[in-house]
This record gives sequence, structure tokens and C-alpha cells, in this order.
Amino acid sequence: MNGPVMAPETSAAGAVARSAVDADLLHGSILYLEGITVSFDGFKALNDLNLYIDRGELRCIIGPNGAGKSTMMDVVTGKTRSDEGHAYFDRNRDLLTMSEADIAIAGIGRKFQKPTVFEQQSVLVNLELAMQADKGVWATLRARLSSIQRDRIDEVLETVGLTTLRDQRAGVLSHGQKQWLEIGMLLMQEPQLMLIDEPVAGMTHQETERTAELLVSLAGTRSVVVVEHDMEFVRSIARRVTVLHEGHVIAEGDMNTVQNDPKVIEVYLGA
Amino acid sequence: MRNLVKRYPVPDRAVFVTLGLIALLVPLANLVVPEGSALHFSNYSVTLLGKYLCYALLALAVDLIWGYCGILSLGHGAFFALGGYAMGMHLMRQIGDRGIYGNPDLPDFMVFLNWSELPWYWLGFSSFSWTLLMIVLVPGLLALVFGWFAFRSRVTGVYLSIITQALTYALLLAFFRNEMGFGGNNGLTDFKELLGFDLQADGTRVALLVTTVVALILAYLGCRALTDSRCGRVVMAVRDGEDRARFLGYRTEHYKLWVFVASAVIAGIAGALYVPQVGIINPGEFAPLNSIELVIWVAIGGRGTLYGALVGALVVNFTKTWFTGYLPEAWLFVLGAMFVLVTLFLPRGLVGLGRRAPA
Repeated sequence: MNGPVMAPETSAAGAVARSAVDADLLHGSILYLEGITVSFDGFKALNDLNLYIDRGELRCIIGPNGAGKSTMMDVVTGKTRSDEGHAYFDRNRDLLTMSEADIAIAGIGRKFQKPTVFEQQSVLVNLELAMQADKGVWATLRARLSSIQRDRIDEVLETVGLTTLRDQRAGVLSHGQKQWLEIGMLLMQEPQLMLIDEPVAGMTHQETERTAELLVSLAGTRSVVVVEHDMEFVRSIARRVTVLHEGHVIAEGDMNTVQNDPKVIEVYLGA
Repeated sequence: MRNLVKRYPVPDRAVFVTLGLIALLVPLANLVVPEGSALHFSNYSVTLLGKYLCYALLALAVDLIWGYCGILSLGHGAFFALGGYAMGMHLMRQIGDRGIYGNPDLPDFMVFLNWSELPWYWLGFSSFSWTLLMIVLVPGLLALVFGWFAFRSRVTGVYLSIITQALTYALLLAFFRNEMGFGGNNGLTDFKELLGFDLQADGTRVALLVTTVVALILAYLGCRALTDSRCGRVVMAVRDGEDRARFLGYRTEHYKLWVFVASAVIAGIAGALYVPQVGIINPGEFAPLNSIELVIWVAIGGRGTLYGALVGALVVNFTKTWFTGYLPEAWLFVLGAMFVLVTLFLPRGLVGLGRRAPA
């Protein structure tokens, strides 16, 4: 975290490859990834990955460790640059040329595997910071919460069950509460596409059920992509499941189709 | 009025009251109370206090960038010295033909170097308003350019601290050179007056002290307004999780850059107030050691609070005065011991003493 973080430059080949994209391909898709390849020192974390997420869809992505799930999210949110391929959001926003902040403003929200909230600041401030608003320096210098924004924060606090803890430092929350706070932050951001990495890790059975309900209720108005290891949870929410293995999609479809796919059984479920 | 007071937490109010009392009582005790009286505040003490209040202002600047934004600058002495040099150049121009060589157009050191005319960058420094502009612009622009490159390239942590050290060291070497036109090794000194007031006069010393107090209060209010705003919360979010803040849509490099610039400007103002009070500015102010020492003041006082920086600067410097008077060779050991003890036992600094440890 302390070292210089340099975004690897996109290769010239990548720049040529992601020229014009046939508009028809994008019809109905909120996220369009094609031919995405990312290598770290020769190791291909993503290898010719194709993934299309529809508007309003709830998609689960599963796969063994090292399958490239987190790298895929890193590419979509601008943290990692791909060597090849193209990535478009909302028809024509070229994600590979945008910064992390631009991608977030464009409408992609992310929840991390390890809950990352601002521990030194209150629950309320965490939600305020996540809130969809002008995020420039001068705007935040003068920003005051409007009554509509206050109501929105109260509503989200209610949804994630943290109303009584609103003035507590986020650092004192339990692991599960931090997960909820982060989901609350995602709601405040009002993104069109939510990328959610292992939402139920560390949650109790009831909390897991509540999360499932929440995610299902969100889909429809926005697109939700969930990476999860908990197969029961995936079965309870997903209509479509994508299986990644070695940076490549090996199967896609409903849970039953995927579970009976011989390739999937070999690399993942049967293991 | 009542709401205004209530807006600020108790430590902030204590800062305002203390500084207000200094601004009221010191002039009385120095100018009105007769010299023999026990309540008399000597000229020496006025200058000393004025100097330390400049350090407090500098510490405030460091706390803003380090305590709130998490950027450990080990080169803030450079911005302080640049503000000081801008003021020093004005004071040199005010000497006029009263220098040793009696040259009305050139400062003594330029006559000594056989220069025939004033370098272009000295033009304008006869004007006080131009000088004020430069006190803000020179440190501010340097911070802007330096920060723009550093933060854009995502240089963070130890690497950034090292290049800030390199920055101040490079300036130290440059200002040592005679051909730079800043008086070389000797720097700028022998100042006579500021705005027509004799710098040696008791009234001027007191007025400079009061001006420093006013500047400190204004800078404190400005910093507090920043840290209380949503912008300040974003800045703390950048400190605690820069990647996370980016994924929320904040262009974190812009936040870091503007806080760095604001901090550099405050440091420059502190330097400008310091020079007329101590009567000299030389390249020694750029010494990397100075920049490190002032980070230690903030660490000892307690970072991320603003008032901790003020407490740290004053406590360390008065202790230093006492030790260098009685046990000069012991001072560096004492400073080191203070730093180690505070780091080990008071992670939130001296001002964290009264408060509960973080959960």
C-alpha cells in the first residue's frame, strides 16, 4: 500500500484491438467485456475473458481461488489495466481509458471482499462520503447535507440496520456490521452496476438471508454482479451463474446447468 | 455569538483563549509594566515567544498535511524558508542606501560581488503588496508543481517523504551559492525597518508578535473549517484508505494536491512572520534536519488534532531553550528521548493524555 502504485500501461496492441465495437452487441448489456487478458509477470490472471451483464440482471460469478474473479473486478473498476481486449459500460463508456474515480462516477460501485470502511469516521460520515454527489474538491468544501440527503441516509441506515450506531466510529463495528455498512455505502452511491465481492463472508445465517433478500430486491432496477464462495447463497439468489477458471469463462447458465457441466465438475465442484 | 462558540470543541476554544490572552497581555506586560516589576515581560521574551508562535504556525501546516491527509512531508522547512526569503528580500530593499556600501540600488552583498544591477527576480520586492503576493505564491506554486507530479504518479509513503527531503536539500544547496543572488552562505540580514517601523523598536516587536497571533488564529480557523467540511472528511478518507476513496468517485490526487498547497502557503506565511522577528534568513533554514525536527514537534504534540501541533511546537521549543541554556550538549538526547517516549507511551501525543485510548 505504501509503495508507488503505477498503473501498468495498456499495450499498443490492446489500444488497436479496442477500436469501434458493433453497437448491436451492446444492446441490453450494461457491461461488456470481450477478450480481456491480464498478465502479471507472465502469469495470465485473465485469459481472453468474455462477460456480458444485462441491465437489471443479478449474476453470480463462481470459481476456484485464483480463477481471476477479483482481477476481473479490478479491471472493471480501473484498478488494473488489461493488456488486451475491450471493456464497455453503459453502451459507450470505454472503461479501459477511465480512472477509478471516473468509473465510480459513471455508475459502477464496488464492495470489497475484506470490508473496507473508513474506520476513523462515523457510520454516518461513511455513508455521506459514499453518497452520490459532486465529488470535486471545491464542491465538497462547501457541501451541506440537504434534508432530502439526510432522509436518504436515514433510509439506508434503516435498510442495513445501523440506525442506532450512526454516530459510532466505523472502526468499532463488528465484522458483519462493517459488511452491512459497506453495502449501505454501495446503496448511497446509487450505481447502475454493483460489483459485490463475497458479501456474506463472516455473516450469520439470518444476516445471510437478509443480504440475499436485499440483493434480489436491488436487481431489476440495477445490475448486480456477485462473487461468492458460499454455494448455498449462490443457489438462493442467482438465476444466471458464470464459472471462471484460470481467467476464462468455462460455463454459464442457471445453477443446475452449471452444476451438471462436466468441465465445472472437474475443476471446481468435483474437487 | 453563542452558537459561534459552541461550534468549536473545548480544545479549540482553549487555543483561541490562550492566543487571545497572549495578544492582550504581552503588549501590556512589555510596554506598560515598568522594567523592574516582576510582571514585566522582557524584549528577549517577546521575540522568543513571537518566534515560537511562528513555529506553531508551521507545525499547524505540517499537521494539516500529515495528520489529516497522511502525507509525511519531510521538506516543509523549504516552504517556510521560501516565505522567509520573500520577506527578507523586501526587508533588504527597505534598507536603501543605509547599507555599509551606501549603494541605494543594490543590497550590500551584491555590491560585494561586484554586481552592477539588480537581478530581475528582485524587481518588485520594494513593494510590500508584491512581497505579500510572493509570500503566498512562491511556496504555493512550488507545492503545486511538486505535488502535481508526485501525486499524479501516485508516489506515496516513504518514497514521497524521501523526495520532499531531496527537495529541501536541493534548495539548501542552491541558496548556498552566491551567484543565485540570495546572499549565499550569509543569507539576508541587517534589516532596518518594515513599513517604516524600526525593527529594533519595542513597539514593532510587540506588533509583530500580535500579527503572528492573529495569523495563527486565522490559519487555525481556516484549517478547522477545512477539517470540519465534507472536503476534510474526504481528506481523512484519503489518509485511511486512498483506494477506497477512489472507488467512491473521489479524485484523490486533487484532494492531496490542494491540501499540500494550502499547507505550503501556511508554512510560507509562518516563514515571512519569522524573519523580521529574528532579523535574519539564511540557507540553514532549508536544512533537512529542520524539516524532520518540526515533524517531531507535531508527533510529540499529537497529530490529526491541529491544537496538538501548537502544543508540540511550543512545548518542544521552550524545552529546547531551557536545555540549550543549561545543558546544551544534552538537548539532542532529550529531544530523541521525548520522541521515543511519546511514540511508545502516548501514540496520540501530549494532547492525547487526557483522553481514552482508541478502541
